[in-house]
Amino acid sequence: MPLEIVFPMTNEHELQLDLERQGVFLSTVNRFYNWGRRSSIWPMAFGLACCAIEMMAFGLSRYDVARFGAELFRASPRQADLMIVAGTVTKKMAPQVVRLYNQMAEPRYVISMGACATSGGPFRDGYNVLRGIDLLVPVDVYVPGCPPRPEALLHALITLQDQIDRQKLGRVRWYGQGAKPQTTDFPVPTFGAQGLEIDGHLVDPVGGLPLVSSYTAPEFGEMKSGRLEHPEIVRHFPIMDPSVELEHPLKARGMAPEIAADDLKRGEVGNAEA
Amino acid sequence: MPRLDAAELRERMARDLPGAVLEVVPLQVAAAPPHGPQPGAFMTSDTLVAPSRLVEAACYLRDLLGYAYLSDIAVVDYLADDLFELVYRFYHVEGGEGLTLKVRIPRDHPEVPSLTPAWPGANFHEREAFDLYGIVFVGHPFLRRIYMWDEFEGFPMRKDFPKQGDKYIGADE
Repeated sequence: MPLEIVFPMTNEHELQLDLERQGVFLSTVNRFYNWGRRSSIWPMAFGLACCAIEMMAFGLSRYDVARFGAELFRASPRQADLMIVAGTVTKKMAPQVVRLYNQMAEPRYVISMGACATSGGPFRDGYNVLRGIDLLVPVDVYVPGCPPRPEALLHALITLQDQIDRQKLGRVRWYGQGAKPQTTDFPVPTFGAQGLEIDGHLVDPVGGLPLVSSYTAPEFGEMKSGRLEHPEIVRHFPIMDPSVELEHPLKARGMAPEIAADDLKRGEVGNAEA
Repeated sequence: MPRLDAAELRERMARDLPGAVLEVVPLQVAAAPPHGPQPGAFMTSDTLVAPSRLVEAACYLRDLLGYAYLSDIAVVDYLADDLFELVYRFYHVEGGEGLTLKVRIPRDHPEVPSLTPAWPGANFHEREAFDLYGIVFVGHPFLRRIYMWDEFEGFPMRKDFPKQGDKYIGADE
């Protein structure tokens, strides 16, 4: 059962649902809290392109998202829980999208709707479109399609509800104290001569690939993924360093310093603050 | 409904605005395709106007012929011919086919008189042409970028703007 290995809480979750189907309510605080949040996800009324038309259909009576408790499209980010990035995020719009996300109160979720919001879509090779909103904010659910049908967006909402059901209060980023992955605002990009910049560094140039890696989903730690997105980026990887002796093409000889120090959590290794 | 075709416009404008209409030089569209239009055959039947007489010609279309709606200003970058061609399309408000004025300007000195002082509807079209192609409209009251951000450098729709996209990474120009 590979699913049980990936999500150890699935089993417990299934058991609970099974019992509830039979009318036995042995509830936990998590279960109650998640039920409250998942049953009233208010999206923000925020459409960027043609996907927004499908989003309207998703909200109206034919597809009727009110069945899932998400029918209240709020016109203010302060009152919204869910940002559906519905459509092409142009580079000129990207700072506003991040600013709106920063203005939403926790807990907040993001659905990246359609090919454009997910990767830039057919405009990825153009000069004017952000190559995926996940370069700037973490995305919970991606919906493929161009544009996705309203059923697909409903499925994304149900997937998001499933993710919320699996959350534990002690592990979410917006509850409790301690070093959470993201406690400050997400950096709002600024306009530069050659593309979008964050803190003066070019992140999404007008030509070529984005120079920053995307955020992983909040379910998976919401960190920079660390994948090399652009072959021209110079990063220090031991395997690419000619002075490192290789055991085989994918492994350096010897032991990594962090393993030798038995300290996988030291600051230089992770990039939680990146 | 007005009935005026391109040839007739050319004739009337040559009669009424002497010196404004230029003789059309065939464009060398690069790399002749195995079929389809061949080089030399690429002649336009539209009225080619001298850049210095553009405002006069446009006002002639509007005030004397009644083509009062400037639909758009398109820019074509003929890299092989080293020129930009500006295509102004006019429509009559009563309907019928549109008429076209064309202006050719050199690529290294892309300046053309602005229609905006005489024709406020041209304002955003000219700003767009400036934004994406770098055409300078002399006399425009507020010529700045309209789509791209102000800090941006370069004119992305020009043919010699660097190629974009993943598939060109590592390809030599």
